[in-house]
Amino acid sequence: MILDAHDLGRRVRGRDLLDGVSLTIARGEVLGLVGPNGSGKSTLLRLLAGLVRPDRGLVRLDGEPMAAMPQRQIARQIALVAQSAETSDRITVRNAVALGRTPWLDALRPWSDEDDTHVAYALRRVDLAHLANRDWSTLSGGERQRAHIARALAQDPQILLLDEPTNHLDIRHQLAILDLVRSLGVSVVIALHDLNQAMRCDRLAVLQNGRLRALGPPAEILDPALLARVFGVRANALIDPHDGSRVMRFHPC
Amino acid sequence: MTGHLDVAAIRRPRAPGWVWAAALIVAAPLVGAALGETPIPLATVWQALANQLWGAGYPVDPIDKGIIWAYRLPRALVAGACGAGLAISGLILQTLLRNALADPYLLGISAGASTGAVLVAVAGLGATFLPMSVGALLGALAAFALVVGLARLSGGGPTARGAAQIVLAGIAGSQLFNAMTSFIIARSASAEQARGIMFWLLGNLSGVRWDDVWLAVGAVLIAVGSALWHVRALDAFTFGTESAASLGVPVRRVQGVLILATAAATAVLVSITGAIGFVGLVVPHAARFLVGSGHARLVPVSALIGMVFLIAADVIARMLVPGQTLPIGVVTALVGAPAFAIILIRARSAP
Ligand SMILES: Nc1ncnc2c1ncn2[C@@H]1O[C@H](COP(=O)(O)OP(=O)(O)O)[C@@H](O)[C@H]1O
Ligand SMILES: [Mg+2]
Repeated sequence: MILDAHDLGRRVRGRDLLDGVSLTIARGEVLGLVGPNGSGKSTLLRLLAGLVRPDRGLVRLDGEPMAAMPQRQIARQIALVAQSAETSDRITVRNAVALGRTPWLDALRPWSDEDDTHVAYALRRVDLAHLANRDWSTLSGGERQRAHIARALAQDPQILLLDEPTNHLDIRHQLAILDLVRSLGVSVVIALHDLNQAMRCDRLAVLQNGRLRALGPPAEILDPALLARVFGVRANALIDPHDGSRVMRFHPC
Repeated sequence: MTGHLDVAAIRRPRAPGWVWAAALIVAAPLVGAALGETPIPLATVWQALANQLWGAGYPVDPIDKGIIWAYRLPRALVAGACGAGLAISGLILQTLLRNALADPYLLGISAGASTGAVLVAVAGLGATFLPMSVGALLGALAAFALVVGLARLSGGGPTARGAAQIVLAGIAGSQLFNAMTSFIIARSASAEQARGIMFWLLGNLSGVRWDDVWLAVGAVLIAVGSALWHVRALDAFTFGTESAASLGVPVRRVQGVLILATAAATAVLVSITGAIGFVGLVVPHAARFLVGSGHARLVPVSALIGMVFLIAADVIARMLVPGQTLPIGVVTALVGAPAFAIILIRARSAP
């Protein structure tokens, strides 16, 4: 399954939120999306998920323009974990995750054991099986985020779009989510804030003011010039003696 | 554990549940017809019904028969349909707008329907080619468009402040449409007409006939049917509109169909009974309290509670003041306003 965006543009009230963004997400790759606040990461993810129609350009799924596809067909292949989605409904974790089965069900194909299997598997993958019967309102921020990811996994997608999924997580679960994301075997587009975490993606797309500033393997594109230009920081690279990997320390320019 | 049951209920609808529902649908109007200032034994009600439906030939006092068949039974049936329809309308609006305070009455939809119906009835727009319920539907849709548009402009949405905006917009809309209704009555109605209309506006079941029964039941079946058809889509709105869209729900179409069904049901019911408040607001909350937030159970349970609630309210309206029948809207407000206060307080303390 290949998702590709061609010359995407979106304008709201005379302002370009996104301008001329083209990129292709290859099968099974993890593409990191980085950029300062307001650079257009969430906007791009919404366009890729088919939730918003671009004002210019197009998104294609396996070569087929997404604008012509029914929402349901898109949802069977692409799942989105939005930056913030809350509810005041009284709903259990399992039922929240079960919502992920929505695109696969209709009046003629009711809930089945297979759907139960998907839900149970998704809960196990994010380490929430023990909370399945808890009420949503009793979960911590991190647990909610993991439940959202489980819902997306229950959708059984080929492409997973994650908007800053590590935001509310403690460090252990941040790392666990990143490991999980890498192990899923599906294509992933993940908006991230922590550039050291972003280093673990296969490729990075760097956004600034709605424009794509760089696209490529993290080690190649995250150079001092780009960091200064886009993020306004000076970076010192340190070597972790434990595994020899490069870690960056940031200082204001 | 209710959540667990939800999933189970979706997988295999438990037969006893449907049996109970059917029993309730038959029993509630009969009990409603039996109660009144002169109580009639339930057996007599049943015999009168059997005589009418399949000529069972039981000996029934013709006066009792007249009271039951021409007066109390259609009244109870319209009350039941009205309760179910308003409850479903409230539930759908609460789910689609992500707002615990949404309700056809509070959002001004009922007021708009009243204006439309009155316009057709008095202003001589001619009941000949435009029935009152069509006028009411146009009024209801106009009111909904106005209120939602106003709420959007003032920053309404699924946030706490946005939730307040739509209710405020609803108040503004209600006031506007009520003023228009008063204006139409003052300009065009005779004193006699005006008195009747004022009584009807408060929510009133006197004078309903069998024609009204079929119209009300039809409208409610459409509303309940379209809600049941969309239970999964309604569930998908749990985390908001965008989340529903990312789950593959064609949001615009679902919203369009359900809002139209809601407005149509509200309009038909208002054109028969006038605007009855608080049912659509309070009943879905009671249902959620009982069966949780899964719509596969919430939709039928809301409809049933609404039906029983309004049949009971009508019995109370007929019996509370001896020799006099109160408008049913007065009774629902007496029960509903305190319940509304409780919902407001609970919504505040919710996370
Ligand atoms: N619907 C909208 N209307 C107007 N402006 C918007 C809308 N959505 C996002 N924006 C603006 O677009 C810019 C990019 O937003 P966003 O994609 O959320 O950035 P990021 O996720 O990278 O922080 C921000 O300046 C934001 O204020
Ligand atoms: Mg964002």
